[in-house]
Amino acid sequence: MPTSNRFYRRPPHLQARQQWMVAAGMASLVCMALVALQLLPANGWMLVSTLLGLGFSIAGFAWSTYSGRHPGIQNDGVWFSSLSSRGWLAWLVAAFLTFFYCVLYWKGEWLGLRADGNVGLVGLFDPLSYGLKGQPASQWFVYGVLYTLAITAFGFKFILKYRHNRYQVLRTLSTVFFQLAFAFLLPEFFMRMNLPYNDLKNMWPLNYSFFDAWNLDALQAAGWAGKFFLIFGLLMIFAISPTLCFFFGKRWYCSWVCGCGGLAETAGDPFRQLSSKSTRAWQIEQWLIYPIFLFAVAMTLGVLYSYFTGQAHLMGISTAALRAWYGFAIGAAFSGVIGVGFYPLLGSRVWCRFGCPMAALLGIQQKFFSRFRITTNGGQCISCGNCSSYCEMGIDVRAYAQRGQPIVRASCVGCGICAAVCPRGVLRLENGPHPNRESSSPLASSFLNAPFESPKDA
Amino acid sequence: MVDIGPGNRYGLSFQHNAVCRMTRTVIIGNGVAGISCARRLRQLDVEESIAVISSESEYFFSRTALMYVYLGHLRWQDLEPYERKSWHQLGIERVLARVTQIDFRARNLQLDTGQTMGYDRLILATGSIPNRFGWPGEDLQGVCGFYSKQDLEYIEGLSPGIRRAVIVGGGLIGIELAEMFHSRNIPVTLLVREPEYWNSVLPVEEARMISAHLRKKGIDLRLGMQLREMEGDVDGRVCAVLTTEGERIECNFTGLTAGVRPNIDWLIGGPLETDRGILVDPFLQTNLPGVFAIGDCAQLRNPVEGRKPIEAVWYSGRKMGECLAINLAGRKAPYDPGIWFNSAKFFDIEYQVYGSVLPNPAPGTDSIFWQHPAGDRSIRIVYDSTSGSITGINLLGLRFRHEVCDKWLREGAQIEYVLSNIRLAFFDPEFFPDFAPPLLDAYLTKTGKQLRLHAAGKLAEVLRFLKS
Repeated sequence: MPTSNRFYRRPPHLQARQQWMVAAGMASLVCMALVALQLLPANGWMLVSTLLGLGFSIAGFAWSTYSGRHPGIQNDGVWFSSLSSRGWLAWLVAAFLTFFYCVLYWKGEWLGLRADGNVGLVGLFDPLSYGLKGQPASQWFVYGVLYTLAITAFGFKFILKYRHNRYQVLRTLSTVFFQLAFAFLLPEFFMRMNLPYNDLKNMWPLNYSFFDAWNLDALQAAGWAGKFFLIFGLLMIFAISPTLCFFFGKRWYCSWVCGCGGLAETAGDPFRQLSSKSTRAWQIEQWLIYPIFLFAVAMTLGVLYSYFTGQAHLMGISTAALRAWYGFAIGAAFSGVIGVGFYPLLGSRVWCRFGCPMAALLGIQQKFFSRFRITTNGGQCISCGNCSSYCEMGIDVRAYAQRGQPIVRASCVGCGICAAVCPRGVLRLENGPHPNRESSSPLASSFLNAPFESPKDA
Repeated sequence: MVDIGPGNRYGLSFQHNAVCRMTRTVIIGNGVAGISCARRLRQLDVEESIAVISSESEYFFSRTALMYVYLGHLRWQDLEPYERKSWHQLGIERVLARVTQIDFRARNLQLDTGQTMGYDRLILATGSIPNRFGWPGEDLQGVCGFYSKQDLEYIEGLSPGIRRAVIVGGGLIGIELAEMFHSRNIPVTLLVREPEYWNSVLPVEEARMISAHLRKKGIDLRLGMQLREMEGDVDGRVCAVLTTEGERIECNFTGLTAGVRPNIDWLIGGPLETDRGILVDPFLQTNLPGVFAIGDCAQLRNPVEGRKPIEAVWYSGRKMGECLAINLAGRKAPYDPGIWFNSAKFFDIEYQVYGSVLPNPAPGTDSIFWQHPAGDRSIRIVYDSTSGSITGINLLGLRFRHEVCDKWLREGAQIEYVLSNIRLAFFDPEFFPDFAPPLLDAYLTKTGKQLRLHAAGKLAEVLRFLKS
């Protein structure tokens, strides 16, 4: 197309400050890499300085980018930047993230994981791990710290960027809180108390190991607390979650609580526009997410069957093998490697959109048993396409808005960005009576609902 | 560029049409009016061949969103509201050409590609062109309006060399251009004839808020100033703008955004009756049988009271297109624009209007006005001072619910009733501040009357109200 320009000038003073921040962040990452390669010492000072370096460089970048600007939508140049428009920088970041996730899942020893005393990157995090739970770190502890840091620092950036919008601010504070308290600190605290590791908000089927034999045994062996964890986990799936979903839609979890959603919304925010809005992508979505959900259900039923009967095989299939395959293909490869590694290429919610069984379940509830919808404001839509473009779930919001139709979609995570970027105030996330939730506004077309004689009768 | 193939369930083509004698509808212009008409006709399952001719773009795009491509918020393909394959699936032919002549008697079109095209029904949806007032130098290089895809490409091409842009005209397009250049760090001077920005439409308080916002953004806003001429350099490129006050502003781009007028120059002098636009009756029929006009280029002979004969806005174009489709499909449905509404965004400040809000209050009307201390939000509700019925709502920096406003205005709701139930209209995202109490305070200050808030603004309440 003739308008595919690459010309974009940033204010020069911002550019310099931003570059310094990027340099500081990169230096921290390089230090961590050198520690991982055991070229730099792994000690407490190094840990503190690299973590602070990362956190403050992200926060400083955000501050220099947004603090001087008038509150409002800040999408200038999104499609001109190499990072956010699938340029070379995006491919580089995707390659790095993918490599990191592969090492994390399958080559923990490359990061310095040792049974007889960690070295390298895992060793670097040992002091923090001992401080929190009195045990050495694992690659998962390293990942947990970096993940929480990313949500917190990029959450700060997100809040600055959308500071004119209270929904966005509160939602982001909520995800940061749940990551920091529920996903990171509480489980470590439980372990220090000699209780089983437990992230209370992480429920089945996203937490696919909840019904694993080892987890069920550990929970039952852990006294009242274990029983509470077990009952709470079951209540979450069967009572709390459906109830909250009925009143508020799937967003109560996907964009207010969930850690995967939290990372997608904060660190993944620059990539939300990359999700495909084509009919083809929608078809792929249907053919992936629901079969994966069924796979999760079948795998779990198999595991439970084996747990209660002691039989290793169900209908000739090894339930342990089924569980192992699910963990490898869905738990690791899809949610981690593709889900986050491909942020800069496919958008930030690849996992949530195409793979997450929790999203599938909540989506069915949202579509059929919920008071949530996104209302279209009468006939105000100008079909500009900002809502569709910035929908991380690949929903063609505009297709609804220009018809005056409320958006009731299984996949909508209720992030509210469509409503934020709309230049005409057309969209609003709302909870209200369930009946007629999908009926269109008569103002979108004066003739939409008018009775009509067929031309053949006329 | 005739897009016909085996997948098209209507199986239409030029050749096919000649054999079948299917009614052939040709639409000139693929803006929102023409396309809304074409798609609505298909939706009504009218068995006829439909062709849309445009020299601007192959696919329908959202004209109101052109600026977002320049800003880098969207790519060109993101402006297209329908998937490209849908035109083929719907059997809507797209012809990329310019119509040079119409033979209304023989019902034949002459295209600039050399082809001719016959029609049974002709729909003129040719849109607008930017106003030019014969300013000296208006044909220099680097001088253009901002209306079409070609304008966007032209401005994009010039951008790397622009050191200052002067924009003439204090309307909606002018501020869009200003925002575009601002995003690329190109200094902008905005010449506005009125004493405040868009004061020909906005009441002075609102106009002042926008003027202040523009200045805060670093736009060099020159109020009460008019263009006299543009100066060119030896290469025929614009190098300065002279104002009627004698000021000379150096620039290498000049945007002419002093409104638009119907794009009908090429039709004047023929059998088609025109005034400023193509004259149409309430069924959007011109004086010639089988010829219709919709959108920006149409001028209603008898507009409904309080509405202009030509309304060059997206919403009217869309409504006219749909209305015509319904009429063509066999039902008599006069064009009814409904209660006026419009919207825009001035940099970071959103604007919505419902009903009639005039820059100078009409005789016998009064208004209640509240402005946020930060100066970026305001609510104005205009009402009839004798009957108390509201007649218009003007909003900056916040959003109201169209359906509620429409119902209040249609039913002539009382100002005090509206204020007490104002929360029914709030459409800002959840957790936004509640502006009902300060608005009621403004009423108290003005009239000495203390009102009580009735509605909490829950969706269930809103829906009950809309049903009542």
